[in-house]
Order: sequence, then C-alpha cells, then structure tokens
Amino acid sequence: MNYRQKRIAINNIVMTLSTISALIGLSFLFWILGVLIFNGIEALNIGIFINEGAPPGYENSGLKQALIGQLLIVMYATAAGVPLGVLAGTYLSEYSQGSKLAEIIRDISDIMMSAPSIVIGAFVYAIVVIPMGHFSGYAGAIALAIIMIPIILRTTDDMLQLVPSTLREAAFALGAPKYKVIIQVVYRGARAGVLTGILLGIARVAGETAPLLFTSFNDNFLNTDMNEAMASLTVTMYNYATSPYEDWQRLGWAAAFILSMFILSLNIIGRLFLLQKRGK
Amino acid sequence: MGIVIDKLFAFSTKIIALSILLIVAWIFTVLFQHSLDSINAFGFDFLVETKWAPNLEKFGALPAITGSVISTFLAMLLAVPIAIGVAIFLSEIAHHRLKAPVGVSIELLAAIPSVVYGMWGLFYFVPIVRDIFGGLGIGMLTAGIVLAIMILPFMAAVTRDAMNTTPDILKESAYALGATKWDVVKNIIIPYAKAGIIGSLILALGRAIGETMAVTFVMGNVHKISTDLSAPATSIPVTLANEFTEADTDLYFSSLFELSLILLVISFTIISIAKFYFLRRKRRL
Repeated sequence: MNYRQKRIAINNIVMTLSTISALIGLSFLFWILGVLIFNGIEALNIGIFINEGAPPGYENSGLKQALIGQLLIVMYATAAGVPLGVLAGTYLSEYSQGSKLAEIIRDISDIMMSAPSIVIGAFVYAIVVIPMGHFSGYAGAIALAIIMIPIILRTTDDMLQLVPSTLREAAFALGAPKYKVIIQVVYRGARAGVLTGILLGIARVAGETAPLLFTSFNDNFLNTDMNEAMASLTVTMYNYATSPYEDWQRLGWAAAFILSMFILSLNIIGRLFLLQKRGK
Repeated sequence: MGIVIDKLFAFSTKIIALSILLIVAWIFTVLFQHSLDSINAFGFDFLVETKWAPNLEKFGALPAITGSVISTFLAMLLAVPIAIGVAIFLSEIAHHRLKAPVGVSIELLAAIPSVVYGMWGLFYFVPIVRDIFGGLGIGMLTAGIVLAIMILPFMAAVTRDAMNTTPDILKESAYALGATKWDVVKNIIIPYAKAGIIGSLILALGRAIGETMAVTFVMGNVHKISTDLSAPATSIPVTLANEFTEADTDLYFSSLFELSLILLVISFTIISIAKFYFLRRKRRL
C-alpha cells in the first residue's frame, strides 16, 4: 500500500466511524422521541384536560391542575423576566458603549445560562419560601424568571447590535431623543430577533423541573392562587413517573408529551421568525 | 419633558442591567449564609467525611461529590467521542441537503426537557442495565449513560458550531492540494478551531455536572461510595432533589445549602474556564 492509498484508507475508516457515531447518537435520540410520542399519544384523552389529579386507581384523573399551574407559573415568570431581560439587554447594546462593566455583565449572564438550575431553586427557597413559611407559585415563578433573564438579556443584546447604526443616526438627525430612537427604531428593527429570544427563553424555563421542586412544590388539585403551593407539569411528571402506579405513570407520559410538544413548537416558531426575517 | 424621560429610561436600563450582577452576588451570599451552621459544625471535614446520616446529625459530602464527579466523568467519556463524530459528520461528511435537517433536529432534541430523558431512562434503560449487570439497574452507570445521552445534542451542536468557524477558504485550499476529508479535519479544522472545540466540550461538562432531572430518576440516592458502578449511588443534585423537602433540622438544611454552594462553585468554575480560557469572545467594534 503506498502512501496515498494509506491516507485514503485512514480517511475511509475515520469517516465511517464518525458516520456511525452520528447514527448511534441519532438513533438514541429518536428512540427517546419515539417513546415520548408513542406513550404520550396513547395516554392522551380529553379527560386529562378537564379532570384534576385523583388517587391512583380512579378513572377520572387528569392533569388540569398541572396544566393551569404550569401556565400560571410560566406566565408570571415571563411577565417579570421579559421586561427585565429586554431592558438590561438594551443597556448593554445601546448605552454601555463597550464599557468594562458591560463586558462583565455579559460574561456573568453567559455563565448563569449554564449554571445548575437546582441551585437557583435552593436560593429562592432561602429568600422566598423560608420567610413566607410555605411553598408558593410566586416562588416558582421567581426561580424561573431568574433563569430566564440572562437568556433574554443576551439575545436582546446581540439582536439590537445587528440593527444598522445608520438607522439610529437617521432618527437622531430628525431630532428624536434617544429613548424614542430605541423604542421606535431599534426595537422595531430587531423585533423578530428579540421575539425569538423571548420564545426560546420561555421554552427553556417551561421545561425546568429542578428549580420548582422546592419552590412551587406540587398540588394534586386545581389551585389558581399563586400564594399557595402549585402543581406544574414538570414536577407532576416527576412525582407520577416515580410512583409505582401504572395509571399515574401514564399521566406522567401524557404530561411529558404535552410539555415537549409545547416546547418544540416554541422552538420551531422562533426559528421560523428568524428565517422569515432573513428571507426578506 | 423629553429629556426627563430620556434620562429615566437610560437610568432604569442601567439599574436593571446592574441588578443581574447583584442577583448573582446575592445567590452566593444567601447560600453561604445558610451554609454557616454546617460549616461551623463540620468545617473542612464536610468535604472528606463519607457518612451522611440525618438521624445522627452527621453530614459528609464526599459520597455526593464523588458521585457527581464519577457520573459526569462517565457521561463525558461516552458523549465526547460521539459528539465529535456527529460534529464531523455534520460539518464535513453529510450531504448539504442532509446538514440542515439533521442539524436542526439535534438542536431541537437539545431543547427537550431533561426530565423527559430521566423518565425514559427509568422506564426503558434501567431494565436493560438490570438485565446485563444484574442488581437494581439504578446507579452510577445508568446515570452516567443517561446523562451522556441527555448532554449529547447540546455538546454536538456547540462542537459543530465551533468547527464551522473554520473559514471555507482554508478547507478548500487543502482539498485543492488533494487532502482527504480526514486530512482536512485533522490538519485544518482541529488546529484552527481547537480552542472552540475544547471550550464547547468543557461548557457541556459544566452543564452536565449541574444537571438534576436526567440523573435523579436513575441514581438511587444512596450515600455510599462503592467500587461497583452498577450499585445505587448519589450526586449533589440528586441529594438536593430528593432531600430538600424532607430536611427537618437546621443542621440538615444547612448541610444541603452547603452542598448547593459547592455545586454552584464547581460549575461556575468549570463554565468560567470554558468561557474565559477557550471561548473568549472576540471584542466587537
């Protein structure tokens, strides 16, 4: 075998190996996806949406409490996290002028995006649950908001910087004050990108379980009072899946399916926004 | 009037941006304060004591720390070669019509909540491990594998992004000289994107070590250091997830807070290394 043949042989071996590893990786992932879809669709029925949780063995048990609880917690978290994240991102992109401080804020946010979410749960437990004396939906929402802010901050920052500075200059030349330039010109120019960031931020926190375990805790019955312990799809999924009862486990799969589909749709919609913008 | 609003807007964005730093500092302070009881009671021994006995008020973090380290190490051992393989596949091998759909589906899989991976592990993977290795099927080995699968999409996606930073012109020049794909990967992409690739892998490591839900289902939460990888074990996040709502004494709580602090410090350090050492963002002009 001459040198050239040897190189080609090595190339073929390595390329086959990495194709195989891609196949292994993908097959595991599609196995999980398949299991999720198969079990989820099997467990889905209309009762899940209209009934509350029931002891194992009861016919009419559902996930209404978890669906509504999840929605409330994520909505409150979004209501707090989105404005804070967008405004902080606005500061970084529009006002900081490349200062050292802005760089530090960017770096810390990047680190927080990958920090363990269960630690945020412990933190919120210490500052909200202990003083209040009980678990609450608010505590869960605060934990999720803390996780969401760095994500939205960083995407807003990046997206606003993509807006061409000539647009800003044109608006300034017309005599507009800076806040008007930002709100009416920069935000408008970056709308699709910022919106995508927000959707991805919501998708990310909606799937979080660990920070809710000891903040919003769980409840087997419908509760819309954010001041009380509240069910969420993720914590319910965890409790039901680890229970020995088959009907609870089925509900767990239904919850997993509904939540995953919700999160995947948010991700896909976010991507479409960006594609559409690029297409223009 | 306009000037007032202008100043107010500028000021409030600045305050909010600064509050991010404040929150992070606050997290460290609060966790430290709540750990004080445990730090005073056990001191440095907390880190090397192997006994975790709530009924005796005796807490040692070594089993949880070792568990975190070993399960993450196993996960990295399995995930890194596959992730690199997937990244090479996506950047050099796959047909361009295949690149986008496979790439996007990997990114979407990274978005699936980790609790789903944990649930899959419990119902579908634990029985397999039980059949092969005997015992309960839950433990370090299972946790490592499930963690590897969970972290794989993220790791593959960021590694591919790092590889894709290599300018096409460099690759094309090499191909023009008659290089094979492997020559290009080995002599062009890896040298060019080395820092980015290593940084991505370490970033994934930082995420894996703090991951809770993928491992909680399959770890078993047993505070024991065992040489048998298929025996039930625990890790810091698993202990926190299982015991936080059960803690009944101040010292118990405090020990759990100290565990959270240790976990935060470990993952903060790992992620910082990835970010500052390998992934230093090029300053924008």
